[in-house]
Amino acid sequence: MISKEEIKHIAELSMLNLSEEEIQKYTVNMQDIVEFANKVNSLDTDGVTESAFALDTFNVFRKDEVRESFDRDELLKNAPSSNGEAYSLPSMMN
Amino acid sequence: MEYEVIIGLEVHAELSTKTKIYCGCSTEFGGNPNTHCCPVCTGMPGALPVLNEKVVEYAVRAGLATNCDIARESKQDRKNYYYPDTPRAYQISQYDLPLCEHGHVNINVGESSKTIGITRIHIEDDAGKLVHDGYTGGTLVDLNRAGVPLIEIVSEPDMRSAEEAVAYVEKLKGILEYIGVSDCKMQEGSLRADVNLSIRPVGQEKFGTRTETKNLNSFRSIARCIEFEISRQKEVLEAGGVILQETRRWDDEAGEGYAMRAKEEANDYRYFPEPDLMPIRLSEEYIQNIKDTLPELPESRRARYINEIGLPEYDAGIITSSKHLSDFFEAATVVCGNAKAVSNWIMTDIIRIAKEKGVEYNELPFTAENLAKLIMLIDKGTISSAIAKKVFEEMVETGENPEKIVEAKGLVQISDEGAIKEVVDRIIAANPQSIADYKAGKDRALGFLVGQCMKEMKGKGNPQILNKLILEHLNK
Amino acid sequence: MKNICELTAHEICEAYSNKELKVTDVVKAFYEKIKVDDEKIKGYITLCEEEALTQAEEIQSRYDAGEEMGALAGVPIAIKDNMCTRGVKTTCASRMLENFIPPYDATVIKKLKEAGAIILGKVNMDEFAMGGSTENSAFFKTHNPVNLNKVPGGSSGGSAAVVAGNLAPISLGSDTGGSIREPASFCGIVGLKPTYGLVSRYGLVAFASSLDQIGPMTKDVTDAAILLNTISGHDEMDSTSAKLDKKDYTKALVNDVKGLKIGLPKEFFAEGVNVEVKEKVLAAAKKFEELGASIEECSLPATEYCLPAYYIIACAEASSNLGRFDGIRYGYRTEKYENIQDIFKNSRSEGFGEEVKRRIILGTYVLSSGYYDAYYKKAQKVRTIVKQNFDKVFEKYDLLLTPTAPTTAFDIGSKINNPLEMYMSDILTVPVNVSGVPAISIPCGNDSEGMPVGLQLIAKHFDEETLLRAAYTYEQNKEVQ
Repeated sequence: MISKEEIKHIAELSMLNLSEEEIQKYTVNMQDIVEFANKVNSLDTDGVTESAFALDTFNVFRKDEVRESFDRDELLKNAPSSNGEAYSLPSMMN
Repeated sequence: MEYEVIIGLEVHAELSTKTKIYCGCSTEFGGNPNTHCCPVCTGMPGALPVLNEKVVEYAVRAGLATNCDIARESKQDRKNYYYPDTPRAYQISQYDLPLCEHGHVNINVGESSKTIGITRIHIEDDAGKLVHDGYTGGTLVDLNRAGVPLIEIVSEPDMRSAEEAVAYVEKLKGILEYIGVSDCKMQEGSLRADVNLSIRPVGQEKFGTRTETKNLNSFRSIARCIEFEISRQKEVLEAGGVILQETRRWDDEAGEGYAMRAKEEANDYRYFPEPDLMPIRLSEEYIQNIKDTLPELPESRRARYINEIGLPEYDAGIITSSKHLSDFFEAATVVCGNAKAVSNWIMTDIIRIAKEKGVEYNELPFTAENLAKLIMLIDKGTISSAIAKKVFEEMVETGENPEKIVEAKGLVQISDEGAIKEVVDRIIAANPQSIADYKAGKDRALGFLVGQCMKEMKGKGNPQILNKLILEHLNK
Repeated sequence: MKNICELTAHEICEAYSNKELKVTDVVKAFYEKIKVDDEKIKGYITLCEEEALTQAEEIQSRYDAGEEMGALAGVPIAIKDNMCTRGVKTTCASRMLENFIPPYDATVIKKLKEAGAIILGKVNMDEFAMGGSTENSAFFKTHNPVNLNKVPGGSSGGSAAVVAGNLAPISLGSDTGGSIREPASFCGIVGLKPTYGLVSRYGLVAFASSLDQIGPMTKDVTDAAILLNTISGHDEMDSTSAKLDKKDYTKALVNDVKGLKIGLPKEFFAEGVNVEVKEKVLAAAKKFEELGASIEECSLPATEYCLPAYYIIACAEASSNLGRFDGIRYGYRTEKYENIQDIFKNSRSEGFGEEVKRRIILGTYVLSSGYYDAYYKKAQKVRTIVKQNFDKVFEKYDLLLTPTAPTTAFDIGSKINNPLEMYMSDILTVPVNVSGVPAISIPCGNDSEGMPVGLQLIAKHFDEETLLRAAYTYEQNKEVQ
């Protein structure tokens, strides 16, 4: 059973601020969903290896060859705040 | 109470590939902020990583050079955390299947040598850089370093002192330079260490609580941080306190470490297999190929210098501790054939010059070939050792070929007996008192006469011939 | 001749070659219709009218000059708004990316442009592709053109609705757990989810990396094959992209299923599947039998574990993939901040919608310390078993035939307050993503309310040809029914 405290902890890990109301709501949702997800634990998987992928390929590499980087203006264009050279933030010292 | 100190290190080395680990952006140091960037390394929505094959090769090389087992099957994992220098909010690292495991290196401290275990070596990507913004007082994010490939070398908790820790990092630095996988420029942050340290009363089996001090980027700061942390932990324990397991930072200017705020502390990284990258499978053939092309490592060079060339152990150790220095030694020796002379120059003048100039041994103002030429000029008797020192200083300043310096400054040694005899005759004739003194058993008179002749010849007289001729005269 | 907007892509191309239509006229016709009908359907988030018309003129002049043209030269297309289009907003139907203009094209967009396709605009979806009804768009709900009170399905609801509503002849969708096939089924069009790795994901804003796949949404099977020809193929920018020789899928468009062995996995016809849906699908199976295929019941015993395993894997990956939306480099930044923590937390809390947050929380939970083994690791083992189940049935059968969704399109607003019930609509589509195999949804009749029923065909890895051949044959013969 998931508690409100756990939801708060998970929200913290997820970098989300939840209102009291949202915590309440997600706690109820998550109890249902996790109970449903628990179904996987009723399948016997002894000796079964995990599959991270649908396909069994490996060793996909790139050659160590330089490609032209992007125009900085293009990259910074979408930044909520920049000084034209770098992304800018409030001081990290706060 | 007596305490035993337990130290383990996590050393991060930037690999000297041309491009970043997951995209084709250049890894070149410097460059204007955010100019070595693309959608992949800035973590744009939709962009995907593709692993640079050289990164795998370099990590395997490092593993083999440190006696590790190389994983036949390996994968990359995501380490999730939020920090403004980490553009995807996860670092791509390796969790449970690192490329290399179970290695070791030997270190020498004073007279004794010791084996330090290496737990694992894995590949991961570097973060960007946060810079203070002088105009606004805010923070700026530069992602040029984001995505530069790193290997993290995790040691066993085998070190017992700052000296051992420094010797271990020096050893690793030497090895990584030798095998050509990292520049190891500590001042540029391409080699840095995290120090895990705990203390326990001597005789106690259970480890004490350890702290981790992050991001030390010089041998001096590693040593100072360790000394600081040892005395801090002792003080806490002796005052009846408990050591908290915490992450700390080192302020090199203040010479103090401090605990990071709880918010900055490592939380739950939620590692899971990176679904954008396929597993790595290495064949026996691939590993053998790398093994076959591994260059000679410092330990074997050291043995060769001692046994075959006959260098003193201490000198051999110093020279081989840096690949650049050792390469310099070999390059000069090949040209002049006088290994001992090269070694002497290195031990006395070259180490001093590198220190004074603050440069690596591959950045010296003159070439190994030119040092070799200088030695040959001495060996052939063209110049004296005294003149050679002057020529050397000139080489340091200008990088000029010593033959040219000698020629330009007219420093060629005079070995023509006739010419020297002329001067000797003149000096002896002018100093009857000295001859009398010599005959009366005052040996110092000989030195005075040699000095007078040398002065007359502006230091260019061949000292052996000069000596011989004066003695012949005096003993007549 | 049909109205321009009712034409398929291959009919449009034919009309261009025969000089019966001009590219500019076709593009204009679509924008005219969009201006009228999209008021009701609400499929488009962004229109690219100016660029589209310029491009149309240019392509027309190349047609006039008799140049060799790409396979989709002058064919208008709608793009789901989670594929990056250089210089054109790519919002993922989220406040978070409301003003995001990518500096690069997704690989599929690059390929479409090379083939001469003309992008009409970017279409609505569930926010970050999370949902099955397009009701989770942060901007507006899209309506099903067949019945405007119904959802178009999701998450590629915009892609399905604009094709079904004749506001684009073809579109691209993305499918993580059924997001192409379910809306195709709900709107009565063709939707193909290719084998994982057949189409590059580079530039597709990731929901769940190990499951996401881009695919065609079209009016008929022929268009699906043509569009697949254009977008498929190895891409060195995507490590998960398969290294295979390029195929011509139009060669698979053969009207013949004789000898084809088709399995009906019984788990896909179990309770929960609407009776009318089941009837229509079984009638379609019968049709295949009449056409010379053999039909037999089979079993994929691990099916019931697919849905929970899917939600664990998809949400875990999503919780990590969506970490990058932190208010620093792009996307929404809160106005309420004093420090970096505020920027992170408030930007994310204000920028993401309810369902996205729910899935991030679930994903974070299943990866968090102490739960990883019980959920994520276990789900990865379930994936192995599901793959084995599929491998086994494909030893015996060429294809599997199932309903695409347990129901037809439901009323807007009817499920929005029950997330778990909404998740259940994916029950027949997720096994395909979990195992990575390809599947297609094609219309197979309407229910008593007149809503379309979708038939799902599933093939083994990289056997899109058999999928297309069977779907094509059914399409060619179903009128006879």
